[in-house]
Amino acid sequence: MQLPPALCARLAAGPGVAEPLPVERDPAAGAAPFRFVARPVRFPREHEFFEDGDVQRHLYLQDVLMQVADAPEKPRVPAFACQVAGCCQVFDALDDYEHHYHTLHGNVCSFCKRAFPSGHLLDAHILEWHDSLFQILSERQDMYQCLVEGCTEKFKTSRDRKDHLVRIHLYPVDFRFDKPKKNRSPASAEVPGDSGERSEGEAMEICSEPVAASPAPAGERRTYSHRIPSTICFGQGAARGFKSNKKKTKQC
Amino acid sequence: MWSRRRGHLRPTVCGVETSGLEPRDLGSALRKARREQQLVSKRLLREDAPEEAGEGCVAAILGEAEVQQFLRQAQRGTEEKEREGALVSLRRGLQHPETQQTFIQLEGSMRTLVGLLTSNQALLQLEAARCLHELSHSEQSTIAEACLPATSYLLTYLSGHSSDFIELCLYTLGNLIVESEAVRRQLLPQGIVPALAACIQSPHVAVLEALGYALSQLLQAKEAPEKIIPSILASTLPQHMLQMLQPGPKLNPGVAVEFAWCLHYIICSQVSNPLLIGHGALSTLGLLLLDLAGAVQRTEDAGLELLACPVLRCLSNLLTEAAVETVGGQMQLRDERVVAALFILLQFFFQKQPSLLPEGLWLLNNLTANSPSFCTSLLSLDLIEPLLQLLPVSNVVSVMVLTVLCNVAEKGPAYCQRLWPGPLLPTLLHTLAFSDTEVVGQSLELLHLLFLYQPEAVQVFLQQSGLQALERHQEEAQLQDRVYALRQTALQG
Repeated sequence: MQLPPALCARLAAGPGVAEPLPVERDPAAGAAPFRFVARPVRFPREHEFFEDGDVQRHLYLQDVLMQVADAPEKPRVPAFACQVAGCCQVFDALDDYEHHYHTLHGNVCSFCKRAFPSGHLLDAHILEWHDSLFQILSERQDMYQCLVEGCTEKFKTSRDRKDHLVRIHLYPVDFRFDKPKKNRSPASAEVPGDSGERSEGEAMEICSEPVAASPAPAGERRTYSHRIPSTICFGQGAARGFKSNKKKTKQC
Repeated sequence: MWSRRRGHLRPTVCGVETSGLEPRDLGSALRKARREQQLVSKRLLREDAPEEAGEGCVAAILGEAEVQQFLRQAQRGTEEKEREGALVSLRRGLQHPETQQTFIQLEGSMRTLVGLLTSNQALLQLEAARCLHELSHSEQSTIAEACLPATSYLLTYLSGHSSDFIELCLYTLGNLIVESEAVRRQLLPQGIVPALAACIQSPHVAVLEALGYALSQLLQAKEAPEKIIPSILASTLPQHMLQMLQPGPKLNPGVAVEFAWCLHYIICSQVSNPLLIGHGALSTLGLLLLDLAGAVQRTEDAGLELLACPVLRCLSNLLTEAAVETVGGQMQLRDERVVAALFILLQFFFQKQPSLLPEGLWLLNNLTANSPSFCTSLLSLDLIEPLLQLLPVSNVVSVMVLTVLCNVAEKGPAYCQRLWPGPLLPTLLHTLAFSDTEVVGQSLELLHLLFLYQPEAVQVFLQQSGLQALERHQEEAQLQDRVYALRQTALQG
């Protein structure tokens, strides 16, 4: 297919609109038996017209078409330790360190050192755990914000919010980032007992035990404490695991 | 620019056995799959170089006891390296469908995996996510559904900051989405749309590409037009998508490909295209088309058609919207350079990917149908002859070329004069000899217009045995009336 040489120059030149030649239609043009009508055509989703292009898209996604670049070896560096105070994890690959940093040190509560997967959850935690004004306000109005980004619903209690998360957003009942704060005040509207999470006492954190182990928390923790080598530290403070029975004496 | 960072060649493609197939047969097997709506594309990230397996061979299938053992080790091991190693072994085993089945049938296995996914041990978390990713690649919807307990966490992690991890979560979500409606039914109330809308602001190219992939899978769901696309359109996603398609130094081809396909799925579902036009989709895509034509001229890079295809489709479908006329949208696409760019792409397809010629010609039809200006451009830029050179490619292409020529001819004598004299008449005499009814039918339509607006053509037609060419088709039911009418015109003229 030969293109006129001036075409590339036209593309490179500035925008422009061709001055149209005069249009003059004869009614005989569309007279039977002739039926041509100039019209733009639209094709819906499943139309077979798209077959070839769709197949190519599919092959692209399956990496058959393109040169499959060999997965590059993770670049290794001389072993180095995490620089965050109190953390002594050691790495030999930058990608691993990046993930460690973001997971454990990225969204950390400056009051209680708990780590969260996102700024959104950290903000909610600080508000609900460490803001005394929040406690006061929550007695008069709905303050517990839904945890799903984009949902603006607010609730009177953490329990109501949990119900909402489970019923409306189909979240798991044991969603790890929504554990109610254990509150010693009997006047508190929150009673976490029924939801069976009392034994945890550590709300809104990334738990150290897998869920399957939770029926015997005390035993697990004891096992952990003896066997974790000293070179491994958890940014949130491994000692916290033993203080779960200690009542919270301060509202930060 | 197009090399994939990671990838893995699979012997079967969406359940269609493809090893040993000739490329042509592979194509027809996939086309059949698409027709049966079985075409399921997934993306698999596998970071291991094959040699890392240690034994120098592919990982073995794991039995129930081994899966249990690895899970236990990962959960309760003492040394972190040991726990991570157990998950790596599990992950390798999960490359096999048999291991995947064994895993999901084992009681408590997903709970354990989710626990590891949400643990505070970063590297365990990553490996657990990789195990989930392997599971997501299964072609059995039961396995995808077994991953349901993990989805709320995958979404939660999208608003984190570890780009590799987010990328992995996105590809996993994309794979799960395509496999099971149950997964989609859960993800929507779990807030996948706002999560994606927040995540699309990431500066990381790999994350954006993964997001585009996941979104494209969501948009292809059969229930998408009613249940998914409206909320996508109501979010900030369309504006961000269009931003990613703006030509310039920040345009990343891999990212642009994904979002161009996303746009195509939205547009061809025809939910609310005027909204997209209002966001400037026509002008963005038009400029991108110009950019693509420039790129095609500069480099021999394979892969540009991967972006060209959805862009052509989006433009073509958008041009059918009434909003184009009223909102002055047509203004956005009156630039003559669009025609020049399109022909450069047509030439590129002709050489590299002829199966995409119909898509390019579709856009040309939609540009020229109601636009005297674009028809004039075709004439003034000398593009009629290149267009005729496409006729031999296939019947489908022939019909479309003839249709575009009809678009020009039907505008009246001023246009037909520019089609005459020239190669048009000899070409028509040639296409009249085709056996395909549609090609001949379209030739007859064009001939009719030519005779009407350029009567001198009749004489030459007769001199060149035109009547005989016509009479060949006088028995054909779909052509008879027109053949007869033309014959009369010719004889009277």
